[in-house]
Amino acid sequence: MIKKAVSFVVIAIFSLMLFAVIKEWETASRLKPLAREYVTREPAELGASNLVTAIVVTYRGLDTLGEVTVLFLAAAGVGLFLKLRDREKKTPRRNSSEILKTGITFVLPAIIMFGVYIFLNGHLTPGGGFQGGAVIASGVLLLLLTFPDYRPKYGAIHTIESLSGTFYVLAGIAGLVLAGGFLDNRFLPAGNFGQILSAGAIPLIYTFIGLKVGTELTGILSNMKGE
Amino acid sequence: MISILVIGSLLIVVGFWGLLTRKNLIKMVLSIAIAETGLQLVMISIGYIKHGTAPIISGPVTGADAASMVVDPVPQALVLTAIVIGVAVNALLLSYVVSLYRKKKSLDISDFKELKW
Amino acid sequence: MFQIAIFIMGVSMIAGAVLAIVSRSLIVSVVAVGVVSLFASVLYLFLSAPDVAMTEAAIGAGLSTVIFLYAVKKTRNRDMEND
Repeated sequence: MIKKAVSFVVIAIFSLMLFAVIKEWETASRLKPLAREYVTREPAELGASNLVTAIVVTYRGLDTLGEVTVLFLAAAGVGLFLKLRDREKKTPRRNSSEILKTGITFVLPAIIMFGVYIFLNGHLTPGGGFQGGAVIASGVLLLLLTFPDYRPKYGAIHTIESLSGTFYVLAGIAGLVLAGGFLDNRFLPAGNFGQILSAGAIPLIYTFIGLKVGTELTGILSNMKGE
Repeated sequence: MISILVIGSLLIVVGFWGLLTRKNLIKMVLSIAIAETGLQLVMISIGYIKHGTAPIISGPVTGADAASMVVDPVPQALVLTAIVIGVAVNALLLSYVVSLYRKKKSLDISDFKELKW
Repeated sequence: MFQIAIFIMGVSMIAGAVLAIVSRSLIVSVVAVGVVSLFASVLYLFLSAPDVAMTEAAIGAGLSTVIFLYAVKKTRNRDMEND
């Protein structure tokens, strides 16, 4: 009884706080000063078309490094708690249907190519490393669902993941040594605005992030699948 | 827009209500996921500018007057980070739940009351 | 026109969230949270945020639902269940 009363009071306080925010809210009609600064300085300084990509990779690059670290720690934790072990009893499994087995030969290469396209073009169109990595992990999930006895090659996955993370930090240090600061992207030439080899080191950094996130999510999925 | 701000706030309240009143461990993790989705909706709707367009510089949005046409890109960058961290934390919480289930064969949180000391 | 669509999606999101919490079956709850993420991804497009919409669709409505379903499969005992 007292538990219900306490939870009701907590929910009421939360609703009151949120209502106080909503009550005098009016949608802004001009950008705030920091955003205006980023939007006006960015094309000349960094050369990327996608503003959100430029903010995530360079202006707020340390937050992205922290996020990649958190993802790595979570994948390591999942791997620690759900250690893969050999199947004790082989329960007879139904084979997947014909549609899945035939369709996957057409669809899987296209999915992986689409994922690579997303993170290579992160600085020109909406997209980037995290979205591309998630699409690649979805492709491997399709493979895990179609063939129930399939095991990905864990050696290759762990090697790609570790090397991508190391090269991401090395690219940041290269920015420190050769250009303005850590994770500065101006150590590669800026190129023409709007082409694929432009915006300095942003495609390179996003490629490393995309491969790392893709292999990490694949590792999480196959650990949770078990066996 | 204010309607999406209201939807996000209601989702946060529903998520917290579920976290406080349910006993099943997986339902608690689901409530955390719902509250995170509501919070991300609130954050993006705070950065909306009236009649603004997506923050990509191409076509009619170029040059010096881009600052008067685009929506705020800074909350979008932060929410991008928050979504990925949210799924990582959910996966880790679920691996704790599975490991606890293997010990005691129960998903009810009132069965896990003993401490070590 | 947009306001009607936002209103319908908002009502189904709140209904889905409440259904996820009060339902007795865990699979129904997991699918309802997936539907909430899916509609949130559409609402991000109304707020002119294509990057965030793509991320939420790929990660929230896709991978997160599958991770929850794997966890439900691993913790299912033969005689059912829950609160």
